[in-house]
Amino acid sequence: MDSALIPNGVKRCSIGQFAVWIAINGAVLLWGLLALLLIYFKGLNQTNMNNAYGFALWIWADLAVIALGGGAFFTGLLRYIMGKDELKHIINYAVLIGFVCYSSALLILAIDVGQPLRAWFIFWHANVHSMLTEVAFCLTCYFGVLTIEYIPLIFENRQIERVPFFHHLAHNMHHIMALFAATGAFLSFFHQGSLGGVTGVLYGRPFGFRTGLLVWPWTFFLYTWSAAACGPCFTIFITRITEMATGKKLVKDNVIDLLAKIAGWMLATYIVAKIIDTWVWAAVTAPSLGFTLMDFYSNNPGSAYGLWILIAEILVCGVLPAVLLLAPGLRRNPPVLFAAVTLAVIGACLNRWVMVLQMQAAPVLSFEPWFTYFPSWQEIATTILPVAYGVILISLSYRYLPIFPQEPELNPIKGGQ
Amino acid sequence: MFPFSFEWVWDMGHMVFHGGLWYALSILGMGMTYCIIKAVYDTATAKGGGHGDGHH
Repeated sequence: MDSALIPNGVKRCSIGQFAVWIAINGAVLLWGLLALLLIYFKGLNQTNMNNAYGFALWIWADLAVIALGGGAFFTGLLRYIMGKDELKHIINYAVLIGFVCYSSALLILAIDVGQPLRAWFIFWHANVHSMLTEVAFCLTCYFGVLTIEYIPLIFENRQIERVPFFHHLAHNMHHIMALFAATGAFLSFFHQGSLGGVTGVLYGRPFGFRTGLLVWPWTFFLYTWSAAACGPCFTIFITRITEMATGKKLVKDNVIDLLAKIAGWMLATYIVAKIIDTWVWAAVTAPSLGFTLMDFYSNNPGSAYGLWILIAEILVCGVLPAVLLLAPGLRRNPPVLFAAVTLAVIGACLNRWVMVLQMQAAPVLSFEPWFTYFPSWQEIATTILPVAYGVILISLSYRYLPIFPQEPELNPIKGGQ
Repeated sequence: MFPFSFEWVWDMGHMVFHGGLWYALSILGMGMTYCIIKAVYDTATAKGGGHGDGHH
């Protein structure tokens, strides 16, 4: 029925199976949309955010998907600027994943802003002393870059490509893609960093506050660094899941190995910097503000934020995956590689959780208790909404666009087409 | 957002923030304008036109 739209040289499931898959994810999407409409019509009273939690589940999800979507800018930087030509076989998918992540982040922000009709105020009446203004500028522009990088893929659909204008436009966009990729890397450096900077400049919250370089706290650099390290891990993670779901090998091992090795070096250097940052914070910065390290990890309800979370973030989800990715023998073992990238992805999410939610949970005055928060179902539904949207967009792109250039070679169809 | 807005001040903050924004928007805008104009020209002159010539 839709065979004319499917790329040449590849096989896809029947339209019936595909429709069922889309319908299942569509139901989840509709659940999220219902919650979104409730929030739009009734307001932020539909959430469990309060005076202690101005940032909550949405902002964590936002920061996490932006970090994980960093695979697009970093892979683009490696491919177009640093000339790692092998990565041309995975760059399409990295761009698609980045597009999903950033559009999800903007969707979540459009809900979180509370008064979406005034969302444009951040551009028109910009507060030039706010790191979040820089985030808004760079995030929006970078989403434009990702759209520009994704559009040529759409134009390469078998039927769309038959239109000469679209064919030439895709060709021309590919021709100067390095320019767009460089702009994307510039924008990403600043918005990833500024998201970290938001926490690092909060001198009234010693859990998040950091010293730094000129106007940039160390968290500025750590966020960019961790996005460059964990973003490619997320690209590999989603690629492997796609391979499992389709039952096909989609990218050759040498491509994955190169990306995993680079991600390993980035993760190793990041985690060394993170350990130094944590040590300086625990030994110098926090004590200078009247806190000891254990003030942040004890006496909270159920010890939800015990020392275990610091160990999990730095050792289990930082040092361990870095070692696994750096050792060629381990990295080339598929289950070990999958475990390593999964840990790295969890590590990035955990880091954002700690810096957003634990930072607000920790009391700053001696008479205050730890602040608790559990998201409402509307917050949970609107956070799951982008996941369903991502699955649908990836499924549609995989079915109709030549996302994986090596797929026909790795999965030859018997008897040709 | 623009120098003609009533709240605009010629200080370092406005110049750095908005300079960066307009720099990025200019590159994206000029890049896409070039691609579209060249695609119109290529289409009009019927240049190339083969399918699946291996981008990426």
